[in-house]
Amino acid sequence: MQHLLWLIPTLPLAGFLILALGRYLSRTTVALVGVGSVSLSALITIIIGVNFISNPPPSGAYSQFLWTWFNASGFAPKISLYLDSLSLVFVFVITFVSALIHLYSSEFMIEDKSYARFFAYMNLFVFSMLILVLAEDLLLMYLGWEGVGLCSFLLIGFWYEKQENGLAAQKAFIITRIGDTAMAIGLFILFYQFQTLHIPALLQGASNKWQIGAPIACTVALLLLAGGIGKSAQLPLQTWLPDAMAGPSPVSALIHAATMVTAGVYLIARMHVIFERSPFTQHLVAVIGAVTLLLAGCSALAQFDIKRVLAYSTISQIGYMFLALGVGAWSAAIFHFMIHAFFKALLFLAAGAVIETQHHEHNMFKMGGLKDKMPLIFWTFLAGAMSLAALPLVSAGFYSKDQILWYAWSAEKGTAWLWLAALIGALITAAYTTRMIILTFFGESKTPLGHLPGMRITIPLVILAVLSITAGFIELPHNFGQVTIFSDLVQKTLPETRMQAGVESEFAFQLIAAIIGLSGIYLTWWTYAKNPGIIDKLKSQALPSTLHRLWFSGWFFDTIYNALFVKPFKTITSINKNDFIDQIYTALVQFTNTLNRILSLSQSGSLRWYIMGIIMGSIIILTLNILL
Amino acid sequence: MNTDISISQVLILAAILFSLGLIGVAIRRNVLFMLISVEIMLNAAGLAFIAAGAKWNQPDGQIMFLFILTMAAAEVSIGLALIMQIYHQHQSLDIDKVNEMKG
Repeated sequence: MQHLLWLIPTLPLAGFLILALGRYLSRTTVALVGVGSVSLSALITIIIGVNFISNPPPSGAYSQFLWTWFNASGFAPKISLYLDSLSLVFVFVITFVSALIHLYSSEFMIEDKSYARFFAYMNLFVFSMLILVLAEDLLLMYLGWEGVGLCSFLLIGFWYEKQENGLAAQKAFIITRIGDTAMAIGLFILFYQFQTLHIPALLQGASNKWQIGAPIACTVALLLLAGGIGKSAQLPLQTWLPDAMAGPSPVSALIHAATMVTAGVYLIARMHVIFERSPFTQHLVAVIGAVTLLLAGCSALAQFDIKRVLAYSTISQIGYMFLALGVGAWSAAIFHFMIHAFFKALLFLAAGAVIETQHHEHNMFKMGGLKDKMPLIFWTFLAGAMSLAALPLVSAGFYSKDQILWYAWSAEKGTAWLWLAALIGALITAAYTTRMIILTFFGESKTPLGHLPGMRITIPLVILAVLSITAGFIELPHNFGQVTIFSDLVQKTLPETRMQAGVESEFAFQLIAAIIGLSGIYLTWWTYAKNPGIIDKLKSQALPSTLHRLWFSGWFFDTIYNALFVKPFKTITSINKNDFIDQIYTALVQFTNTLNRILSLSQSGSLRWYIMGIIMGSIIILTLNILL
Repeated sequence: MNTDISISQVLILAAILFSLGLIGVAIRRNVLFMLISVEIMLNAAGLAFIAAGAKWNQPDGQIMFLFILTMAAAEVSIGLALIMQIYHQHQSLDIDKVNEMKG
């Protein structure tokens, strides 16, 4: 069955082509093609996945060579797909979550005038993302990498009539481009070193040729990391993600939560050999993750817009994944990626449904009291929120996040500081999640309800809600029965986490994490539900209000970048508005124009002048001929 | 009477004829006279060919003259047709009044 692998990316591509080229399709056809292509992909992925797990290929990976892209004196990147347990997990999450989100969109976007365009972009996005994770060659992966960047741009600016949406799209495109450039340079160095971009060959070569801590390994790892943080919205390139909420809600769910932003995580996990050769860079990954999860968590606490809360929470959760990658807990990072994809897609979709019924109101303070009016949305949202807040024992998020917390302390590369950062992050996560729930669903109703969502919106929500609760049970810590289905699978590709010698019992850490999470929930509930006045009182004081402004604006990163990069650049462009190099060409044009005016005077229309010209010309030429 | 005519004499005659034609084309304002001047120039060239053919005892010069004659006939027919048109359009044969194709 594994030879069907090529169908997985091809189906969404076919869907894109049909939707992009076929004009005047009815809305039903568009929905059928758009949803159908991705759903079929998901179905094939499940079949291939079952087949892959039940009889794995002997080398642990299945490679399907399709054709040679081009051949330029020895550099012959191949279009070939590579399925191992790491890409299997990613492909499964991408196709499965995408299929649900497409189904949701088929109802959510029904009123939109660009229905076909939306599904075309979405299908193209799924195709690019699948190419990214299935590529066996780094160049092909880069194609997917840029493809998702393009689709992200197109979908953030989907409602392009509004100027700020276009600006948000440009911001996302330009900022991720910074990382992409670094990554491209990394690829050049890798090619220079190994004369190939074939990933297994690269990893093999790197582990044979490079010493641990070699400068070249460090350089390459840093450049790849820069690519990863651009796409995954980590510090210092995180500012594009909150603005990316300008796109439709399903886009936020698909691209800016579940799949695309985790491309950085995939890249680092895929190139793990190179990162292990450079302990400094790997530690940097962990530190970036830890700092990002704290900063983004604080920002999420101060937002009004429900989608911005979720956006900052995405940045923060990817910070957890980076932290796990940095301490060498590879499978924990991938596990958290999967769980996060489920619950964050759910939260965004449910938030989209809430916003829709609240007449496009994004401000949580103007919602409220939706618990009884839309119980299904409430319960599914609650399931996602529980997972996000890592409610002990009953939510999937608890198991994945607890694993990261545990490894941040106990893994060989873990430190107490990283653990502490992750722990504080867990407290903040619990706090902003509870705040969001209380403001949106409890209290008095402030905005009248619009029409309630139908089946195609609720079915994906229910499926994702079930997964957000139960998906954690495939990987349980060793004191809870030790289920290791997931890590067994992933560790066929990624190395096992190396532990420090003589670490304390895991149970104590789980208890601390659980208490921290619960106290975060309780504190927020106490503040927002029991004593609503306390926030206003706090805001009237100097320090908390400054802190609030700082967090609300995302730590002034936008302001700083504006002052540091955007303003100087704009100044330079305004000075050089009439590009001085352009002057040369303008002068050339003016010269020819003048010449034209002068010469066209000689075209007088008088035949006798022309004859005189011919005669004089002949005489001159003859004279010259005789003289010379 | 000396029947030998040297080639240089013929060529001088041809040159004079050619110059007359050229001056005629250049200074005449009447289109019809310009056409006649062009004919004179063509015949001057034909005369030069005949002289050259006689000088080297080759038939090529006479053949070329036949060609020129044919071409002149065609040219005159087209030229006259054009002149007719010009006269219809402008009620005049003055070439200086037909200067609409200015640059």
